[in-house]
Amino acid sequence: MGESPTPLLTIDVGAIVGDAVAPARRDLVTRPTGRAVREAIEVRIARTTRAPSVSLLDFSQVRILDFSCADEVIAKLLVRYLRRDRPREAFFLFRAVGDNHRHAVEEVLGRHGLAAVCNLGGGYELLGSATGEERTAWRALEHKGRIGPGELAARFGEDGVLVIRGLADRRLAWYGRTDGACALSTLARNP
Amino acid sequence: MRVIEIPRSLDYRNVEHIYEQAAGDDSSPVLFDARRLRWIDPNGMLLLLAAGQVAARSGTAPRISLPARQEVTGYLERMGFHHAAAGIFRSGAGTRRRSRSASDVLLEITPVTTNSDVHDVVDRVQARAGAILSTALRYPRSAVVQFSVILSEVCQNIVEHAEAPGWVAAQAYNWQKRLGRHVAVIAVSDLGCGFRASLEAEHAARFGDRWGDATALEAAFLLGLTRFADTGRGQGIQQIRKQVGRWQGILSIRSGTVRIADTPDWSSRPPLEEGLTHFPGSQINIILPERTG
Repeated sequence: MGESPTPLLTIDVGAIVGDAVAPARRDLVTRPTGRAVREAIEVRIARTTRAPSVSLLDFSQVRILDFSCADEVIAKLLVRYLRRDRPREAFFLFRAVGDNHRHAVEEVLGRHGLAAVCNLGGGYELLGSATGEERTAWRALEHKGRIGPGELAARFGEDGVLVIRGLADRRLAWYGRTDGACALSTLARNP
Repeated sequence: MRVIEIPRSLDYRNVEHIYEQAAGDDSSPVLFDARRLRWIDPNGMLLLLAAGQVAARSGTAPRISLPARQEVTGYLERMGFHHAAAGIFRSGAGTRRRSRSASDVLLEITPVTTNSDVHDVVDRVQARAGAILSTALRYPRSAVVQFSVILSEVCQNIVEHAEAPGWVAAQAYNWQKRLGRHVAVIAVSDLGCGFRASLEAEHAARFGDRWGDATALEAAFLLGLTRFADTGRGQGIQQIRKQVGRWQGILSIRSGTVRIADTPDWSSRPPLEEGLTHFPGSQINIILPERTG
């Protein structure tokens, strides 16, 4: 991984719903709404001065999140920035509202084989598709925050470092040869 | 004049009788005689509207004789039936103004044509569903979110797949005699292309000779197939099935000549009914029972 990321970009998804759909709307429902919101998010990310960027997508002002919209806003956004032809290097964290959103988020992530770092009110969690090894490594990194390159091998072993690098490839953690590994939540607080 | 007799009671259990009469090829003018009607649920109301539209395709707007009982016409009024029927039936039904936001109605008959309509449905139902779901059905307060998502997904089915407008309506009832519990009934209906035509171009070839109404409906209902190649598509019905199943409810979809259903223990309806009278579009019925225990 190259340069350190830019400072956290917080995106109020509820406000975007109002801007992109209608001022009084707070529900994230229907595919066209989801598509419009995702495109608005991409514009904001594109405006950040340098890559990679770390964005916190904040759904806390969204009342209803249906599956079609979750697929458009969350899954398709992640898929786009994981592809080889992605517009730029970008990492995402999500803040959502408990079980109201959890179900939709988990379902769409699982359907695409994706995972995401999400705070549902009780701290950051890894939601979606991940192996047991990935979850263990992610939790250890989340607990520690940052782990330098020397400590990485000592703590995780060679195989574990590969898992951490895999998490970075999936955009679920930060990894740099010289910097070591960093949890996205830590990166969000102290880029 | 062809007269279609509406029985005293018209709900999801006996709608086939109307489908059989309404789908006939006879192009003579149609009268829907609902004078004896005493009880009707959202499925019955949307069926009358759909059957009226089918009858109108012959070139002559059908007529409807409204129920003789005032409490029934009053209920139809509160459910927005007269307003919805105004553009379909020749006289009578459409002469009254729609009452606004009747307090005892979960969701009046609402046309669904665009995504904006779906937003309106979700907006409207949130204001009323909370109290009904928590007091009548004894669901947790948060159930209004899942309920809204069900309505959103089921309405999007019309916008995304039917290629024609439709309606949605919902109401809560006390089924004391029938089930000993309260229920919420959601009905969704359109006269669009139906599941078979919607899926045909993308999926018919792989099913070969087996392709038909039943295969198409099973492909959508059980496998989550849609006409879109996108991996994220097809979740709507699957997620509705899961949530309705968690609440031990009924979910049935009628399309073409087939009805497919997820049925709980308290229902005796079969999971698949084939060989029904062909009727255009799709009709979805969801029944959510009061929580027990």
